[in-house]
Amino acid sequence: MKLITAILKPFKLDDVKDALQAAGITGMTVSEASGFGRQRGHTEVYRGAEYTVDLVPKVRLEVLVDDKDANSVVDVIVKAASTGSIGDGKVWTTPVDQVVRVRTGEKGSDAI
Amino acid sequence: MEEIVLNGGDTAWMLASTALVLLMTPGLALFYGGMVRTKSVLNMMMMSMVTIGIVSVLWVIYGFEIAFGHKADSPWYGGIGLSGLGSSVNEFANNGGIYPIPLLVFAAFQLMFAIITPALISGAIADRAKFSAWAIFVAIWSTLVYFPVAHWVFAFGNKVGDTVTGVGYLASKGVQDFAGGTAVHINAGAAGLALAIILGKRIGWRKESMRPHSLPLVMLGAALLWFGWFGFNAGSSLAANGIAGLAFINTQVATAGAVLGWLLVEKLRNGHATSLGAASGAVSGLVAITPACAFVAPWAAVVIGFIAGILCSLAVSLKYKFGFDDSLDVVGVHLVGGIWGSLSIGLFGASAVNSIGLDGIFYGGGTDLMVKQLLGVGVVAAYSFIATLIIGFAIEKTIGFRVTREVEIEGIDLKEHAESAYEMTSSSRGGGSL
Repeated sequence: MKLITAILKPFKLDDVKDALQAAGITGMTVSEASGFGRQRGHTEVYRGAEYTVDLVPKVRLEVLVDDKDANSVVDVIVKAASTGSIGDGKVWTTPVDQVVRVRTGEKGSDAI
Repeated sequence: MEEIVLNGGDTAWMLASTALVLLMTPGLALFYGGMVRTKSVLNMMMMSMVTIGIVSVLWVIYGFEIAFGHKADSPWYGGIGLSGLGSSVNEFANNGGIYPIPLLVFAAFQLMFAIITPALISGAIADRAKFSAWAIFVAIWSTLVYFPVAHWVFAFGNKVGDTVTGVGYLASKGVQDFAGGTAVHINAGAAGLALAIILGKRIGWRKESMRPHSLPLVMLGAALLWFGWFGFNAGSSLAANGIAGLAFINTQVATAGAVLGWLLVEKLRNGHATSLGAASGAVSGLVAITPACAFVAPWAAVVIGFIAGILCSLAVSLKYKFGFDDSLDVVGVHLVGGIWGSLSIGLFGASAVNSIGLDGIFYGGGTDLMVKQLLGVGVVAAYSFIATLIIGFAIEKTIGFRVTREVEIEGIDLKEHAESAYEMTSSSRGGGSL
């Protein structure tokens, strides 16, 4: 099994969510995140004092999938999240040892 | 002698004005509270709240006596003694003439001014003052600075027949300050500068982010200040009359002009008109029109406000040039705005709008009035700055004025008050009685 983590522009979340649901993905976890890569933050001015805000608001989306589905799901996310401009985010996968569905106790692929 | 009859209309307006002026201090707490970081909001607000407590009590015991008593017949203070205000129940207000309102209503109205003045200072020392030290400072500063200065400026003496006793020094010199440009704003601004110097800069000043944590709170505070200020200025006529009406409209239009002036500077300098700029501009206009509101025509009030917005928006950057951490710009807004407003009377003063007023430079009155205004500005600023340096230094050397490094970094709300303004995580337990 794999955990797919995607850092997205917040306004692309709905597009990615719809694309994943169309691709048959039934569950995901979304959280608000902030950070920066090549895209830098912005400046704000309060009473003449300038503050540089390095961290840009982003959304972190996490999906658990079977090994065989991982590549295609990553493709779906990348396609839906892309705007072509700087700051579109990143997607990566990590191996997962075990998954358990809390309610039923099902394990492994059955729990996804 | 003609029998004086209590005037219900005047008394009703003064009671309402008094409540309006009280509201300014919680408004100030919101205005200042929104501008600090999440870890020190409550401390910022508590500095205002405890000031309401301390000054109100002192006022009854001896504060009103020092400011508005007449027993001493001195230009410097009204009287020294425990008044308790108990014997004043059936008296009329007498301040250079008898007003048909109860003396206790006058005492309550003036109390609200005595409260907000020290509260204004707290913005200069945000995030880092020991709460107990602040409380002691408020008591000493009110006693040695505000109460006497209020006498210099606002006490027009006790009139019996044709004799007037106990006129304040600046009032006797003809300094015009209708609602407190000198006694309130210059006084608080100069004291704020002194305390910012005594306490030193916040840890991380100009390195860490110290962005205002809640601009909606700032806006709410500014709205309450603006609303309350109608009582502050129009109430200072001590009557529901034409002068109150003049002060009222001048308060409105000067503030409006100042909002525009501040936003214009921001737009030209930084490219964006900000909400903090609008709120700050409003306060700078309110400050500037305070001394002038009953002495100038409404068109002049617009000009005074507009210039105040421009001046103060530029003045708030001075602290970076000179390197003092006047955290919430008590100097840039109250000292600079107060000085401008007080001097503006020397330019725009018009006896045509107020028979007790004088003509300023633009109305053919020459520089006489301006010289008086300069005296008022200079005397109050110098006394407040020096006295506050001494009081602040004495507190710093005895009990210490500033919290420890640990408290300041972890957050003064948590360490000084054992509270947090906002629940960031729900990891607390308990609720049983102590």
